[in-house]
Amino acid sequence: MDEAVWDIGYLVASILFIMGLKKLGHPRTAPTGNLYGAMGMLVAVVVTIAQMDFGETNNFILIISGLVIGGFIGYLMAIRVQMTGMPEMVALFNGFGGAASALVAASEVFRRINENDLPEGLELHVAWTAIGLSALVGWVTLTGSLLAMMKLKGGVEIFGTWYRTPTWGPEWLNYVKGLVLISIVGLLYMTIEEPGNQDYVIAIIALSSILGILFVLPIGGADMPVVVSLLNSLSGIAAAFTGFIIGNNVLIIAGSMVGAAGLILTNIMCKAMNRQLIDVLFKSFGGSDKEQVTRTKVGSDPEEVAMVCDGISKCVIIPGYGMAVSQCQHQVREFADILEANGCEVKYGIHPVAGRMPGHMNVLLAEASVPYEKLIEMDDINSEMGECDVAIVVGANDTVNPAARSGEGPLAGMPIIDADKARVVIMVKRSLSVGYAGVDNDLFYEDKTMMLFGDGKQMMTELVSSLKDL
Amino acid sequence: MELVTLIGAITVFILAIFLGFELITKVPATLHTPLMSGANAISGITIVGALIFSNTDFNGGDPGVAAWLAFFALILATINVVGGFAVTNRMLNMIAGKRGGK
Repeated sequence: MDEAVWDIGYLVASILFIMGLKKLGHPRTAPTGNLYGAMGMLVAVVVTIAQMDFGETNNFILIISGLVIGGFIGYLMAIRVQMTGMPEMVALFNGFGGAASALVAASEVFRRINENDLPEGLELHVAWTAIGLSALVGWVTLTGSLLAMMKLKGGVEIFGTWYRTPTWGPEWLNYVKGLVLISIVGLLYMTIEEPGNQDYVIAIIALSSILGILFVLPIGGADMPVVVSLLNSLSGIAAAFTGFIIGNNVLIIAGSMVGAAGLILTNIMCKAMNRQLIDVLFKSFGGSDKEQVTRTKVGSDPEEVAMVCDGISKCVIIPGYGMAVSQCQHQVREFADILEANGCEVKYGIHPVAGRMPGHMNVLLAEASVPYEKLIEMDDINSEMGECDVAIVVGANDTVNPAARSGEGPLAGMPIIDADKARVVIMVKRSLSVGYAGVDNDLFYEDKTMMLFGDGKQMMTELVSSLKDL
Repeated sequence: MELVTLIGAITVFILAIFLGFELITKVPATLHTPLMSGANAISGITIVGALIFSNTDFNGGDPGVAAWLAFFALILATINVVGGFAVTNRMLNMIAGKRGGK
């Protein structure tokens, strides 16, 4: 039988990927879409293994054990991760995907050099260009994703000491990044001129790893969703280049499709923040020079807040990353239930970049059984804020900061939820400290604002019991 | 690789990019994270490359650097694929399960 027949299996896998990705974009069909994607992957793996010639080796056992080890680790990580850790998890998986592509490329180049099986002519150009690009994109994805993951966490713990992930990037760093990129392209050209020299390949790997770190280092934590999304796009492109190395269409199709889709998603996120992708990537923002908070505000207690909430007719809850950290979505829901039982209309105002990932809040609130129809997107909720009696901000800061309207500072131009238009604003927050963007929030100090200082879960629990006692 | 194969591969590459752009132009915000996660799992397709190289490289009997790299790539790609689909499934169950009010 002609070996090309096996390619039909890859065609089936490609179709499943295309349909899966399409279905993932609609709420009703998304679970089916994910299933299609997984099925496509299974088909691709089975077809690949089925057409292998193992000869006299034990490679079959080896490959199966590789799949079992990886599958076990991946499944365990996916099952055990908390909903708050989801963004970090996506960043980490993404880094692994990029690394896998880069390692495949490295494996191919080292094998060919060791066995002195160097291609010639056109094949040399194609293979070595693809290997170089796959290494470049793959290693950038790996180191960039790992750093993004640490930024999402806020820091790392080494021997019991907490180290904050730094954000650092003077303007000249952009030139350094440019130089590194040019050097990599130069090295890529030299590998083709002298294909047997593996030093060039090692230099490409090293420089690409450094580039990934330099690329993410100046970008503030608030912009990490955009970065993770862009890196997701890059890992797709890396897979596509790997497809060129092994001459396999399913890698090229799936990889470039994911690359394009990731880019669209990145763009959607940038639009939500009213920023240009270029600004996000190359103008450092947030982090190092945070404003010092000098003003003070007297905190309120839950009983006071409960009394304010008694008898109101419209309430909007605006969640942020703080809700994710303290895992208080169930308490928030309970609070909303009590208000609703008293005849109050409760809605949730969801800022597109609330949390650390688009849709982060939706996932959390869905976990707490909040009906989908009550989650209102920013533009729609803003038109209702004027008639809102109480706006409750749970662990959000930058997304309700009126400073964004002023046209100055790091937040300038970012659309916000107009919490300040509500008659009373209640902010559940640990302190008056600045948010990710590092800008003080005037809303805290307004007369109509009541601050509930404390952990989200504890405060919401106390608020619920105070409401019940009324 | 012959020129005709290369041009064929580049054609597929470009067309798939356009396909990716068209596929997900309108997505509700709720699905952004699962979509990113699902797309990320699909980009784990590089597992096919890792599988192929894991085999050819070990054929020599003496596993060199290349073989170890391929095997390591296989493990990482599998983590990406299995973990990616599983985590997407978990997220979607949370969203879809509650929406139907079941």
